[in-house]
Amino acid sequence: MSEIHALSGAYAVDAVNDVERKLFEQHLAHCPDCRDEVASLREAASLLPETAAVAPPPALRDRVLAEIASVRPLPPVTVETGPVEPTNVTSLAARRRRRLPALAAAAAVAAMLGAGAVAWQPWETTPEVQQRQLTAAERIAAADDAQEIVHEFEGGAVATVIRSRELGQAVITTSDMPAAPAGKVYQLWLQDPTGQMRPAGLMEPLPAQTVVLEGDAASARAAGITVEPAGGSERPTTAPLAVFDFERSV
Amino acid sequence: MNDIAPVPSGDTPEGTGAPELSELLHRSARGDESAFAALYDATAARVHGMVLRVIRDPSQAEEVTQEAFLEVWRTATRFDPAKGSALSWLLTIAHRRSVDRVRSAEASSRRDTTYHDKSRTVDHDATAEAATAAMEARRVRHALQALTEVQREAIQLAYFGGYTHTEVATMLDLPVGTAKTRIRDGLIRLRDAMGVSL
Repeated sequence: MSEIHALSGAYAVDAVNDVERKLFEQHLAHCPDCRDEVASLREAASLLPETAAVAPPPALRDRVLAEIASVRPLPPVTVETGPVEPTNVTSLAARRRRRLPALAAAAAVAAMLGAGAVAWQPWETTPEVQQRQLTAAERIAAADDAQEIVHEFEGGAVATVIRSRELGQAVITTSDMPAAPAGKVYQLWLQDPTGQMRPAGLMEPLPAQTVVLEGDAASARAAGITVEPAGGSERPTTAPLAVFDFERSV
Repeated sequence: MNDIAPVPSGDTPEGTGAPELSELLHRSARGDESAFAALYDATAARVHGMVLRVIRDPSQAEEVTQEAFLEVWRTATRFDPAKGSALSWLLTIAHRRSVDRVRSAEASSRRDTTYHDKSRTVDHDATAEAATAAMEARRVRHALQALTEVQREAIQLAYFGGYTHTEVATMLDLPVGTAKTRIRDGLIRLRDAMGVSL
């Protein structure tokens, strides 16, 4: 049993810190055995409150029932297929707990490493910047109006863009991304309301990372990724690898 | 794994003919407020008792219980019975919220707060449902006795204490990295003793 599998029990009872949770959830995405084990251990843990039952005050029941009367249950998660295969669009909320941690994993790890003794990154990123990005990313993912668009590449890489119109920000998280060709870089774009592609930042040469897009995400119609010469371009010079259409996913 | 459930589930108190929790949750997802009220009544003592054990401060615990039930209502459509029981789903939501609360900025104050819940423990003689719950509680306590002391303490500190496995290791003077194994082994033993099936 690898080290990460051993976390299943601690994860099932939330006895992990944020970084461990994010790493383990990335692992869960690829490990059906661990998913089954976590499910069964959560069932076991769900017996524990039998020994601790305390009836809440009756007034709490009234408050809960009054509150739900004014709140609409979220729609079920559905998978839409559109012209831009294979982008799946779902509303975020129920998956937020699972997604958000996966989202910030890379940044969290980088922040942790940056704060510690290990400094292996070949580029310059201060822990402060990483920390700010993590916080911004988490805020976006947790926003009430967060929209999540997942793009699965052939070969297993996954890129997820989350946009909050309210915050005017979007964040992208990637996993298992192959390195860009030598001398090239992945560049991010936001498409403004006139259809113009605006540079929204460059990705680090990392297979898994989280980047908050630069620019006005509130009015953006879409986000995209292209391969550009090192240093980036003013306008996309290649066809996008992925397009994340915000309007189709509203 | 279509039939994960603690056996007996505790979802349907004997003799009451109450609908299964998953059915109540399913109806709640369609906006059925009376189904949600029934779901609340069937689970509130377990949810709130757990939240209170973790958070300890009664008014904060009420807030978290309320938030958790609101989240259950909002996200009921996302419950997938193939992935686990309704009770486990609901308690997972409430537990995560409790842990987040105690680990957030106010966390430092909670250990100074008096532990109030004993005075308000459910009156186990009140209803047939409560009697069933008391029997269940005895079964669970009995099953917990089958764990090693370290496993039991590790699970209690993790689940009801809201501590991370690293903190649990320190508290129990275990080598770093071994508390997670104790937690896992203990939960597996509890699962097997209680006949939770996959």
